[in-house]
Amino acid sequence: MKTAPWACWIALPAALLIWGLVAALLDSALLPSPLAVLQTLWGEVRAGELQHHLGVTLRRVMLSFALAMALGTLLGVWMGRAPLVNALLDPLLVLFLNLPALVTIILLYVWVGLVEAAAVLAVVINKVPNVAVTVREGARSLDNRLEQMAEVYHFTRWQRLAHVWTPQLFPYLMAATRGGLALIWKIVLVVELLGRSDGIGFQLHMAFQVFDVASILAYSLAFIAVVQVIELAVLQPLERRASRWRTAGVRHA
Amino acid sequence: MSRQPVLGDIATRIAEGDRICLLGPSGIGKTTLLNVIAGLEQQFPAAAVRRRAGLRIGYLFQEHRLLPWRTLRQNLRLVGVPAHEVEPLLAQVGLAGCAEHLPDQLSLGMARRAALARCLAIQPDLLLLDEPFASLDPPRAQALQNLVGTLLDARPHMAMICVTHDARDAGRLANRIWYLNGQPARLQWDERLASGGDVAGITRKLRSLESKVV
Repeated sequence: MKTAPWACWIALPAALLIWGLVAALLDSALLPSPLAVLQTLWGEVRAGELQHHLGVTLRRVMLSFALAMALGTLLGVWMGRAPLVNALLDPLLVLFLNLPALVTIILLYVWVGLVEAAAVLAVVINKVPNVAVTVREGARSLDNRLEQMAEVYHFTRWQRLAHVWTPQLFPYLMAATRGGLALIWKIVLVVELLGRSDGIGFQLHMAFQVFDVASILAYSLAFIAVVQVIELAVLQPLERRASRWRTAGVRHA
Repeated sequence: MSRQPVLGDIATRIAEGDRICLLGPSGIGKTTLLNVIAGLEQQFPAAAVRRRAGLRIGYLFQEHRLLPWRTLRQNLRLVGVPAHEVEPLLAQVGLAGCAEHLPDQLSLGMARRAALARCLAIQPDLLLLDEPFASLDPPRAQALQNLVGTLLDARPHMAMICVTHDARDAGRLANRIWYLNGQPARLQWDERLASGGDVAGITRKLRSLESKVV
Protein backbone atom coordinates (compact mmCIF):
# COMPACT_ATOMS: atom_id res chain seq x y z
CA MET A 1 0.00 0.00 0.00
CA LYS A 2 1.43 3.36 -1.01
CA THR A 3 0.63 6.42 1.08
CA ALA A 4 0.66 9.99 -0.13
CA PRO A 5 4.16 11.55 -0.05
CA TRP A 6 2.92 14.69 1.73
CA ALA A 7 1.52 12.68 4.68
CA CYS A 8 4.72 12.90 6.72
CA TRP A 9 4.82 16.71 6.42
CA ILE A 10 1.66 17.28 8.48
CA ALA A 11 2.27 16.33 12.10
CA LEU A 12 5.59 18.13 12.78
CA PRO A 13 4.64 21.55 11.31
CA ALA A 14 1.28 21.28 13.09
CA ALA A 15 3.01 20.62 16.42
CA LEU A 16 5.34 23.57 15.75
CA LEU A 17 2.36 25.80 14.98
CA ILE A 18 0.49 24.78 18.15
CA TRP A 19 3.66 25.34 20.21
CA GLY A 20 4.05 28.83 18.70
CA LEU A 21 0.40 29.71 19.36
CA VAL A 22 0.39 28.45 22.94
CA ALA A 23 3.70 30.23 23.66
CA ALA A 24 2.34 33.53 22.25
CA LEU A 25 -0.85 33.12 24.30
CA LEU A 26 0.91 32.33 27.61
CA ASP A 27 3.78 34.76 27.06
CA SER A 28 5.83 33.08 29.83
CA ALA A 29 9.54 32.43 30.20
CA LEU A 30 8.64 28.82 31.07
CA LEU A 31 7.42 28.22 27.51
CA PRO A 32 9.57 30.20 25.06
CA SER A 33 8.42 30.50 21.43
CA PRO A 34 10.09 28.43 18.70
CA LEU A 35 11.85 31.58 17.52
CA ALA A 36 13.29 32.27 20.99
CA VAL A 37 14.58 28.69 21.13
CA LEU A 38 16.26 29.13 17.74
CA GLN A 39 17.87 32.35 18.94
CA THR A 40 19.20 30.59 22.05
CA LEU A 41 20.50 27.78 19.83
CA TRP A 42 22.29 30.24 17.59
CA GLY A 43 23.75 32.05 20.59
CA GLU A 44 25.14 28.77 21.97
CA VAL A 45 26.62 27.91 18.56
CA ARG A 46 28.30 31.35 18.28
CA ALA A 47 29.75 30.99 21.76
CA GLY A 48 31.10 27.54 20.77
CA GLU A 49 29.31 25.96 23.74
CA LEU A 50 26.94 23.76 21.76
CA GLN A 51 29.66 22.19 19.59
CA HIS A 52 31.86 21.54 22.60
CA HIS A 53 29.20 19.81 24.71
CA LEU A 54 27.67 17.98 21.76
CA GLY A 55 31.14 16.72 20.80
CA VAL A 56 31.83 15.49 24.33
CA THR A 57 28.48 13.69 24.50
CA LEU A 58 28.95 12.15 21.05
CA ARG A 59 32.38 10.86 22.05
CA ARG A 60 30.92 9.19 25.14
CA VAL A 61 28.08 7.70 23.10
CA MET A 62 30.40 6.29 20.44
CA LEU A 63 32.87 4.86 22.92
CA SER A 64 30.26 3.15 25.10
CA PHE A 65 28.32 2.03 22.03
CA ALA A 66 31.39 0.39 20.48
CA LEU A 67 32.32 -1.35 23.73
CA ALA A 68 28.74 -2.48 24.43
CA MET A 69 28.27 -3.85 20.90
CA ALA A 70 31.59 -5.71 20.94
CA LEU A 71 31.07 -7.28 24.37
CA GLY A 72 27.36 -7.91 23.84
CA THR A 73 27.96 -9.59 20.47
CA LEU A 74 30.66 -11.88 21.85
CA LEU A 75 28.48 -12.80 24.82
CA GLY A 76 25.38 -13.27 22.65
CA VAL A 77 27.11 -15.53 20.11
CA TRP A 78 28.74 -17.54 22.88
CA MET A 79 25.47 -18.02 24.76
CA GLY A 80 23.56 -18.75 21.58
CA ARG A 81 25.97 -21.46 20.46
CA ALA A 82 26.85 -23.12 23.79
CA PRO A 83 23.82 -24.33 25.80
CA LEU A 84 25.93 -24.80 28.94
CA VAL A 85 27.23 -21.23 28.87
CA ASN A 86 23.68 -20.06 28.28
CA ALA A 87 22.35 -22.03 31.27
CA LEU A 88 25.13 -20.63 33.48
CA LEU A 89 24.85 -17.00 32.46
CA ASP A 90 21.14 -16.60 31.72
CA PRO A 91 20.07 -15.79 35.32
CA LEU A 92 22.79 -13.14 35.48
CA LEU A 93 21.61 -11.71 32.17
CA VAL A 94 18.03 -11.46 33.45
CA LEU A 95 19.28 -9.72 36.58
CA PHE A 96 21.22 -7.12 34.64
CA LEU A 97 18.39 -6.62 32.14
CA ASN A 98 16.12 -5.61 35.01
CA LEU A 99 18.68 -3.49 36.85
CA PRO A 100 17.60 0.16 36.49
CA ALA A 101 20.17 2.26 34.64
CA LEU A 102 20.12 4.80 37.44
CA VAL A 103 21.25 2.22 40.01
CA THR A 104 24.25 1.20 37.89
CA ILE A 105 25.25 4.81 37.39
CA ILE A 106 24.99 5.73 41.06
CA LEU A 107 26.85 2.62 42.23
CA LEU A 108 29.68 3.12 39.76
CA TYR A 109 30.08 6.78 40.70
CA VAL A 110 30.16 5.74 44.37
CA TRP A 111 32.61 2.89 43.86
CA VAL A 112 34.86 4.21 41.09
CA GLY A 113 34.47 7.93 41.63
CA LEU A 114 33.14 10.78 39.48
CA VAL A 115 35.45 9.94 36.59
CA GLU A 116 35.09 9.35 32.86
CA ALA A 117 35.75 5.61 33.16
CA ALA A 118 32.87 5.19 35.61
CA ALA A 119 30.55 7.11 33.28
CA VAL A 120 31.37 5.02 30.22
CA LEU A 121 31.39 1.76 32.18
CA ALA A 122 27.93 2.51 33.58
CA VAL A 123 26.52 2.95 30.09
CA VAL A 124 28.24 -0.21 28.83
CA ILE A 125 26.93 -2.32 31.71
CA ASN A 126 23.43 -1.07 31.01
CA LYS A 127 23.60 -1.87 27.33
CA VAL A 128 25.53 -5.16 27.08
CA PRO A 129 22.61 -7.37 28.25
CA ASN A 130 20.27 -5.93 25.59
CA VAL A 131 22.80 -6.52 22.82
CA ALA A 132 23.55 -10.02 24.11
CA VAL A 133 19.87 -11.01 24.19
CA THR A 134 19.28 -9.80 20.64
CA VAL A 135 22.43 -11.36 19.21
CA ARG A 136 21.73 -14.61 21.09
CA GLU A 137 18.49 -14.95 19.13
CA GLY A 138 20.49 -14.54 15.94
CA ALA A 139 23.15 -17.04 16.98
CA ARG A 140 20.44 -19.58 17.79
CA SER A 141 18.87 -19.21 14.38
CA LEU A 142 22.12 -19.74 12.43
CA ASP A 143 21.34 -22.14 9.59
CA ASN A 144 22.73 -25.56 10.49
CA ARG A 145 22.72 -26.58 6.82
CA LEU A 146 25.26 -23.87 6.04
CA GLU A 147 27.29 -24.95 9.08
CA GLN A 148 27.50 -28.44 7.60
CA MET A 149 28.48 -26.99 4.25
CA ALA A 150 31.25 -24.95 5.87
CA GLU A 151 32.39 -28.09 7.69
CA VAL A 152 32.56 -30.20 4.51
CA TYR A 153 34.47 -27.52 2.61
CA HIS A 154 36.87 -26.87 5.51
CA PHE A 155 36.11 -23.18 5.90
CA THR A 156 38.56 -21.45 8.20
CA ARG A 157 37.34 -19.81 11.40
CA TRP A 158 37.68 -16.44 9.75
CA GLN A 159 35.76 -17.50 6.62
CA ARG A 160 32.93 -18.80 8.77
CA LEU A 161 32.78 -15.58 10.71
CA ALA A 162 32.94 -13.26 7.72
CA HIS A 163 30.98 -15.17 5.10
CA VAL A 164 28.63 -17.51 6.95
CA TRP A 165 27.85 -15.98 10.34
CA THR A 166 27.99 -12.22 9.91
CA PRO A 167 25.48 -12.06 7.02
CA GLN A 168 23.05 -14.16 9.05
CA LEU A 169 23.60 -12.14 12.22
CA PHE A 170 23.39 -8.82 10.39
CA PRO A 171 19.65 -8.15 10.94
CA TYR A 172 20.12 -8.87 14.65
CA LEU A 173 23.21 -6.65 14.84
CA MET A 174 21.25 -3.88 13.14
CA ALA A 175 18.37 -4.31 15.60
CA ALA A 176 20.86 -4.19 18.47
CA THR A 177 22.48 -1.08 16.96
CA ARG A 178 19.16 0.73 16.56
CA GLY A 179 17.89 -0.14 20.01
CA GLY A 180 21.38 0.36 21.39
CA LEU A 181 21.89 3.88 20.12
CA ALA A 182 18.40 4.96 21.21
CA LEU A 183 19.07 3.67 24.72
CA ILE A 184 22.66 4.86 24.99
CA TRP A 185 21.82 8.46 23.98
CA LYS A 186 19.43 8.61 26.89
CA ILE A 187 21.63 6.93 29.48
CA VAL A 188 24.62 9.08 28.57
CA LEU A 189 22.60 12.22 29.32
CA VAL A 190 21.69 10.87 32.76
CA VAL A 191 25.31 9.92 33.41
CA GLU A 192 26.40 13.45 32.50
CA LEU A 193 23.67 15.03 34.58
CA LEU A 194 24.68 13.08 37.66
CA GLY A 195 28.43 13.28 37.64
CA ARG A 196 30.21 15.00 34.76
CA SER A 197 31.08 18.63 34.19
CA ASP A 198 30.58 18.73 30.43
CA GLY A 199 28.27 17.27 27.80
CA ILE A 200 24.64 17.87 26.87
CA GLY A 201 23.40 16.23 30.07
CA PHE A 202 25.50 18.60 32.15
CA GLN A 203 24.19 21.62 30.21
CA LEU A 204 20.61 20.43 30.73
CA HIS A 205 21.36 20.14 34.42
CA MET A 206 22.69 23.72 34.54
CA ALA A 207 19.68 25.05 32.63
CA PHE A 208 17.34 23.15 34.95
CA GLN A 209 18.89 24.86 38.01
CA VAL A 210 17.79 28.28 36.68
CA PHE A 211 14.64 27.06 34.87
CA ASP A 212 16.17 28.13 31.53
CA VAL A 213 13.62 26.31 29.34
CA ALA A 214 14.88 27.93 26.13
CA SER A 215 18.34 26.35 26.63
CA ILE A 216 16.82 22.98 27.54
CA LEU A 217 14.79 22.96 24.32
CA ALA A 218 17.68 24.30 22.23
CA TYR A 219 20.05 21.54 23.39
CA SER A 220 17.37 18.89 22.98
CA LEU A 221 16.66 19.97 19.41
CA ALA A 222 20.33 19.97 18.49
CA PHE A 223 20.65 16.52 20.02
CA ILE A 224 17.64 15.09 18.15
CA ALA A 225 18.96 16.55 14.90
CA VAL A 226 22.34 14.83 15.33
CA VAL A 227 20.67 11.48 16.11
CA GLN A 228 18.58 11.80 12.95
CA VAL A 229 21.62 12.61 10.83
CA ILE A 230 23.38 9.48 12.11
CA GLU A 231 20.29 7.40 11.33
CA LEU A 232 20.01 8.75 7.78
CA ALA A 233 23.69 9.05 6.91
CA VAL A 234 25.10 5.92 8.55
CA LEU A 235 22.54 3.32 9.59
CA GLN A 236 20.16 3.35 6.64
CA PRO A 237 22.85 3.19 3.92
CA LEU A 238 24.57 0.39 5.85
CA GLU A 239 21.33 -1.56 6.03
CA ARG A 240 20.57 -1.07 2.34
CA ARG A 241 24.06 -2.16 1.35
CA ALA A 242 24.01 -5.32 3.44
CA SER A 243 20.55 -6.46 2.41
CA ARG A 244 21.10 -5.93 -1.32
CA TRP A 245 21.33 -9.67 -1.93
CA ARG A 246 17.76 -10.09 -0.62
CA THR A 247 16.27 -7.60 -3.02
CA ALA A 248 18.32 -8.70 -6.02
CA GLY A 249 15.19 -10.50 -7.19
CA VAL A 250 14.47 -14.02 -8.24
CA ARG A 251 15.08 -14.02 -11.94
CA HIS A 252 14.03 -17.52 -12.92
CA ALA A 253 11.92 -18.82 -10.05
CA MET B 1 13.22 -40.30 25.75
CA SER B 2 15.21 -43.24 24.50
CA ARG B 3 17.03 -42.70 21.25
CA GLN B 4 16.49 -45.23 18.50
CA PRO B 5 19.54 -45.78 16.33
CA VAL B 6 18.79 -44.87 12.72
CA LEU B 7 21.56 -46.95 11.24
CA GLY B 8 22.47 -50.50 12.23
CA ASP B 9 25.83 -52.19 11.83
CA ILE B 10 27.12 -51.35 8.42
CA ALA B 11 30.41 -52.83 7.36
CA THR B 12 31.62 -52.10 3.89
CA ARG B 13 34.42 -50.39 2.05
CA ILE B 14 34.57 -47.95 -0.79
CA ALA B 15 37.37 -48.16 -3.33
CA GLU B 16 38.64 -45.77 -6.00
CA GLY B 17 36.34 -45.68 -8.97
CA ASP B 18 33.38 -47.13 -7.07
CA ARG B 19 30.12 -45.72 -8.38
CA ILE B 20 27.58 -46.55 -5.72
CA CYS B 21 23.89 -45.78 -5.86
CA LEU B 22 22.23 -45.83 -2.47
CA LEU B 23 18.59 -46.84 -2.65
CA GLY B 24 15.91 -47.43 -0.05
CA PRO B 25 12.56 -46.22 1.23
CA SER B 26 12.13 -42.62 2.39
CA GLY B 27 13.18 -41.90 5.94
CA ILE B 28 15.36 -44.99 6.21
CA GLY B 29 18.54 -42.96 6.81
CA LYS B 30 20.16 -42.55 3.40
CA THR B 31 21.07 -38.91 4.01
CA THR B 32 22.19 -39.79 7.53
CA LEU B 33 24.57 -42.37 6.06
CA LEU B 34 26.01 -39.74 3.67
CA ASN B 35 26.44 -37.36 6.63
CA VAL B 36 28.20 -40.08 8.62
CA ILE B 37 30.57 -40.71 5.73
CA ALA B 38 31.21 -36.94 5.41
CA GLY B 39 31.83 -36.70 9.18
CA LEU B 40 28.85 -34.44 9.88
CA GLU B 41 27.01 -36.60 12.42
CA GLN B 42 28.33 -35.39 15.76
CA GLN B 43 26.81 -38.22 17.84
CA PHE B 44 28.40 -40.83 15.64
CA PRO B 45 31.72 -42.25 16.89
CA ALA B 46 34.29 -40.74 14.57
CA ALA B 47 36.53 -43.81 14.68
CA ALA B 48 33.79 -45.94 13.12
CA VAL B 49 34.49 -44.44 9.71
CA ARG B 50 38.08 -44.83 8.57
CA ARG B 51 39.02 -42.32 5.92
CA ARG B 52 42.23 -42.41 3.94
CA ALA B 53 44.57 -39.63 5.11
CA GLY B 54 43.96 -36.46 3.12
CA LEU B 55 40.74 -37.76 1.61
CA ARG B 56 38.84 -34.94 -0.09
CA ILE B 57 35.07 -35.21 -0.03
CA GLY B 58 32.75 -33.20 -2.28
CA TYR B 59 29.15 -33.18 -1.04
CA LEU B 60 26.19 -32.11 -3.19
CA PHE B 61 23.46 -31.56 -0.61
CA GLN B 62 19.78 -31.76 -1.44
CA GLU B 63 19.60 -27.97 -1.34
CA HIS B 64 22.32 -26.02 -3.11
CA ARG B 65 23.74 -24.62 0.15
CA LEU B 66 25.61 -21.92 -1.66
CA LEU B 67 25.92 -18.78 0.44
CA PRO B 68 22.89 -16.77 -0.76
CA TRP B 69 24.61 -13.44 -0.02
CA ARG B 70 27.62 -14.23 -2.20
CA THR B 71 27.82 -14.48 -5.99
CA LEU B 72 28.74 -17.76 -7.67
CA ARG B 73 32.24 -16.38 -8.17
CA GLN B 74 32.61 -15.56 -4.47
CA ASN B 75 31.13 -18.92 -3.48
CA LEU B 76 33.68 -20.74 -5.63
CA ARG B 77 36.59 -18.52 -4.53
CA LEU B 78 35.73 -19.41 -0.91
CA VAL B 79 36.51 -23.09 -1.51
CA GLY B 80 39.83 -22.14 -3.07
CA VAL B 81 39.13 -21.83 -6.80
CA PRO B 82 41.71 -19.46 -8.36
CA ALA B 83 40.17 -16.36 -10.02
CA HIS B 84 40.98 -17.43 -13.57
CA GLU B 85 39.43 -20.87 -13.12
CA VAL B 86 35.99 -19.67 -12.05
CA GLU B 87 34.63 -19.15 -15.57
CA PRO B 88 35.96 -22.41 -17.07
CA LEU B 89 34.59 -24.34 -14.09
CA LEU B 90 31.14 -22.80 -14.46
CA ALA B 91 31.25 -23.42 -18.20
CA GLN B 92 31.88 -27.11 -17.49
CA VAL B 93 28.50 -27.35 -15.76
CA GLY B 94 26.72 -25.24 -18.36
CA LEU B 95 26.71 -21.97 -16.43
CA ALA B 96 29.01 -19.85 -18.60
CA GLY B 97 28.48 -16.14 -17.88
CA CYS B 98 26.69 -16.69 -14.57
CA ALA B 99 29.66 -15.95 -12.29
CA GLU B 100 28.26 -12.66 -11.00
CA HIS B 101 24.80 -14.05 -10.24
CA LEU B 102 23.55 -14.63 -6.73
CA PRO B 103 22.35 -18.20 -6.09
CA ASP B 104 18.72 -17.14 -5.64
CA GLN B 105 18.72 -15.52 -9.05
CA LEU B 106 19.18 -18.98 -10.58
CA SER B 107 16.62 -21.69 -11.17
CA LEU B 108 16.71 -24.79 -9.00
CA GLY B 109 18.51 -26.78 -11.68
CA MET B 110 21.09 -24.06 -12.33
CA ALA B 111 21.77 -23.61 -8.61
CA ARG B 112 22.30 -27.34 -8.31
CA ARG B 113 24.78 -27.22 -11.21
CA ALA B 114 26.62 -24.40 -9.45
CA ALA B 115 26.76 -26.48 -6.28
CA LEU B 116 28.05 -29.39 -8.35
CA ALA B 117 30.78 -27.13 -9.72
CA ARG B 118 31.78 -26.33 -6.15
CA CYS B 119 31.97 -30.08 -5.36
CA LEU B 120 34.26 -30.69 -8.30
CA ALA B 121 36.36 -27.59 -7.59
CA ILE B 122 38.03 -29.22 -4.62
CA GLN B 123 39.13 -32.21 -6.78
CA PRO B 124 37.32 -34.72 -4.57
CA ASP B 125 38.38 -38.31 -4.14
CA LEU B 126 34.84 -39.11 -3.06
CA LEU B 127 31.75 -37.38 -4.39
CA LEU B 128 28.54 -37.56 -2.34
CA LEU B 129 25.32 -36.75 -4.19
CA ASP B 130 22.06 -36.49 -2.26
CA GLU B 131 19.11 -36.85 -4.66
CA PRO B 132 20.83 -34.80 -7.35
CA PHE B 133 17.99 -35.12 -9.85
CA ALA B 134 15.01 -34.70 -7.52
CA SER B 135 12.38 -31.99 -8.11
CA LEU B 136 13.61 -31.16 -11.63
CA ASP B 137 11.34 -31.58 -14.63
CA PRO B 138 12.22 -34.68 -16.68
CA PRO B 139 14.29 -33.01 -19.47
CA ARG B 140 16.37 -31.05 -16.96
CA ALA B 141 16.82 -34.08 -14.72
CA GLN B 142 17.95 -36.02 -17.79
CA ALA B 143 20.36 -33.26 -18.82
CA LEU B 144 21.86 -33.09 -15.32
CA GLN B 145 22.16 -36.88 -15.22
CA ASN B 146 24.04 -36.79 -18.54
CA LEU B 147 26.29 -34.05 -17.17
CA VAL B 148 27.07 -36.02 -14.00
CA GLY B 149 27.75 -39.09 -16.17
CA THR B 150 30.19 -37.13 -18.35
CA LEU B 151 31.95 -35.59 -15.35
CA LEU B 152 32.31 -39.03 -13.77
CA ASP B 153 33.68 -40.54 -16.98
CA ALA B 154 36.36 -37.84 -17.03
CA ARG B 155 37.43 -38.78 -13.48
CA PRO B 156 37.85 -42.56 -13.42
CA HIS B 157 39.52 -42.64 -9.99
CA MET B 158 36.90 -40.62 -8.19
CA ALA B 159 34.49 -42.65 -6.06
CA MET B 160 30.85 -41.66 -5.88
CA ILE B 161 27.88 -42.37 -3.66
CA CYS B 162 24.57 -41.16 -5.02
CA VAL B 163 21.32 -41.26 -3.05
CA THR B 164 18.36 -41.68 -5.35
CA HIS B 165 14.81 -42.97 -5.60
CA ASP B 166 15.06 -43.62 -9.28
CA ALA B 167 16.22 -46.99 -10.59
CA ARG B 168 17.15 -45.33 -13.90
CA ASP B 169 19.80 -43.18 -12.17
CA ALA B 170 21.24 -46.34 -10.70
CA GLY B 171 21.22 -48.06 -14.08
CA ARG B 172 23.05 -45.18 -15.71
CA LEU B 173 25.57 -44.15 -13.06
CA ALA B 174 26.27 -47.06 -10.74
CA ASN B 175 28.59 -50.02 -10.78
CA ARG B 176 27.51 -51.01 -7.27
CA ILE B 177 24.15 -50.70 -5.63
CA TRP B 178 23.45 -50.39 -1.93
CA TYR B 179 20.01 -50.91 -0.49
CA LEU B 180 19.14 -49.70 2.97
CA ASN B 181 16.29 -51.51 4.71
CA GLY B 182 15.16 -52.76 8.11
CA GLN B 183 14.90 -50.89 11.34
CA PRO B 184 17.50 -49.74 12.22
CA ALA B 185 18.62 -49.62 8.63
CA ARG B 186 21.01 -52.28 7.41
CA LEU B 187 22.94 -52.38 4.25
CA GLN B 188 22.59 -54.88 1.43
CA TRP B 189 24.29 -54.72 -1.88
CA ASP B 190 23.78 -56.28 -5.20
CA GLU B 191 26.64 -56.00 -7.64
CA ARG B 192 24.98 -58.16 -10.28
CA LEU B 193 22.05 -55.85 -10.89
CA ALA B 194 24.23 -52.80 -11.23
CA SER B 195 26.83 -54.08 -13.61
CA GLY B 196 24.15 -55.08 -16.10
CA GLY B 197 22.41 -51.71 -15.84
CA ASP B 198 19.27 -53.79 -15.20
CA VAL B 199 16.77 -51.01 -14.49
CA ALA B 200 13.78 -53.35 -14.32
CA GLY B 201 15.57 -55.60 -11.84
CA ILE B 202 16.56 -52.67 -9.64
CA THR B 203 13.00 -51.32 -9.71
CA ARG B 204 11.61 -54.71 -8.62
CA LYS B 205 14.09 -54.93 -5.78
CA LEU B 206 13.30 -51.40 -4.63
CA ARG B 207 9.54 -52.11 -4.66
CA SER B 208 9.96 -55.26 -2.58
CA LEU B 209 12.01 -53.32 0.00
CA GLU B 210 9.45 -50.54 0.20
CA SER B 211 6.53 -52.92 0.64
CA LYS B 212 8.35 -54.61 3.52
CA VAL B 213 8.80 -51.34 5.39
CA VAL B 214 5.25 -50.06 4.73
